[in-house]
Amino acid sequence: MKRISAFQVMGPVMIGPSSSHTAGALRIAQIAARILKETPKEVDFYLYGSFAETYQGHGTDRALLAGMLGYATDHPDIRDAYRIADEKQLTFRFFPTELQEGMHPNTVAIKVVGTSGNNLSLAGASIGGGEVVITNINGISVAFTGEYPTLIVQQQDRPGVAAHITSVLAGAGVNIGTIKMYREYRGDRAFTILETDDRLDKELVQQILENQHIHDVFMID
Amino acid sequence: MFGSGKELLATCQNQRIKISQAMIQREQHLFESCPDQLRNQMLQQWRVMETSVESALNQSLTSMGGLIGGEAKKLMKRQQAGKAICGDITAKAVAYSMGVLEVNASMGVIVAAPTAGSSGILPGTLKALQEEHSWEDTHMVDALFCASAIGLIITEKATVAGAEGGCQAETGSAAAMTAAAICELMGASPEVSLHAAAICLKNVMGQVCDPIAGLVEAPCQKRNGIGAANALISAEIALAGVPSLIPFDEVVEAMGHVGRSLPESLRETALGGVAATPTGCALKEKLRQKK
Repeated sequence: MKRISAFQVMGPVMIGPSSSHTAGALRIAQIAARILKETPKEVDFYLYGSFAETYQGHGTDRALLAGMLGYATDHPDIRDAYRIADEKQLTFRFFPTELQEGMHPNTVAIKVVGTSGNNLSLAGASIGGGEVVITNINGISVAFTGEYPTLIVQQQDRPGVAAHITSVLAGAGVNIGTIKMYREYRGDRAFTILETDDRLDKELVQQILENQHIHDVFMID
Repeated sequence: MFGSGKELLATCQNQRIKISQAMIQREQHLFESCPDQLRNQMLQQWRVMETSVESALNQSLTSMGGLIGGEAKKLMKRQQAGKAICGDITAKAVAYSMGVLEVNASMGVIVAAPTAGSSGILPGTLKALQEEHSWEDTHMVDALFCASAIGLIITEKATVAGAEGGCQAETGSAAAMTAAAICELMGASPEVSLHAAAICLKNVMGQVCDPIAGLVEAPCQKRNGIGAANALISAEIALAGVPSLIPFDEVVEAMGHVGRSLPESLRETALGGVAATPTGCALKEKLRQKK
């Protein structure tokens, strides 16, 4: 069982008004920005359910932009995210969208393009108390929270890939908390997502990339 | 270690310690941190709380939805003019608590205690009392640890989320946490703190979560104000030696059960309660057209 600390009860310190509609929304965008690995240039936000209904009154739009710009959930400038996005030449659009069946009522899908042309599409749900679940990356269904140091490995579905990743982590003395694999079809594109107990070093990414079936590695620290 | 009021009380009685000390011990044990570090971190939370109380009184805040703004100042004006009918401490506690909700609704910095929607009660009430009693900050840090212990038990045995348990789970929990902390600050035993928390929760049993237009503004802000009064009066009753006939743990379980029995329309969906009244719907429509 996960142990709750005094600072989770008496916290977090956050920008209001809503942990799910403001802090949680920001965290989903923040994870997208980290996975993109470069400065975002154009971003579209598709808002579902309660996000679509109440995004302006909850500052969900500003929180999403602030997350995309790398701000933390307690940063006082979140309110000014529109202005800051303009200054940083980030163009953005919001699309309130009809909730689809089986979707969490606080869901956002993000399509973002970076300054050197890298694309990312990511969807996530804000599940309460500022906690989030990332549900989709580039069209593949996933499930992780970003609460722990997380490695996201984009790969071909081939034998030996998981063994390579785990041996690199073992060599660095990193303990794996959870490991899950997601794929579209057998032998096709896949993701391995690992949550670790220890912080991750950037050098690990290079070592993991040495396997020919691994296309890319993203790290959320 | 404790997971219930009963266990918390046993820990306190066996070691002859306060609830705040039991909570600090638990943190030390579970998260391998030292007491100085923990107290320092909690002092930072208190500083944010103090700032959130002050900014509503010193600044003109506009809420994102525009349903609230300026209420804390109006209440302070009455209190400062010597007109408060419920006494100076209560009037201040109510004004401060409502002010924090203005800060929250205008995208200011707050401490979710335990949630953003109930973030006014604990800082508002404790700040008003600190001013009156000239308590040191170190006492306020203890009070926050004591309050966290109560919040922790409610979180583990029931819920503090409006979407799961209605407003009783949010502002009710915040008030219960505050009432327990007040009793410890006043030098009462851990048992008295638990009675105060139980009395507080019983008083709002069944309170629904029905935010107008789905926003954390109204009736949330006023429920924070009245939550402050609930905390003060529950503490007053317990401090007088009047116990809660139903023990804290049983009240928490009952609250969780009532929360789960509430229809979804009354759990933060803005589909029932005052949100669904003709005026509530008209306000929602007005906000929609503003887009």
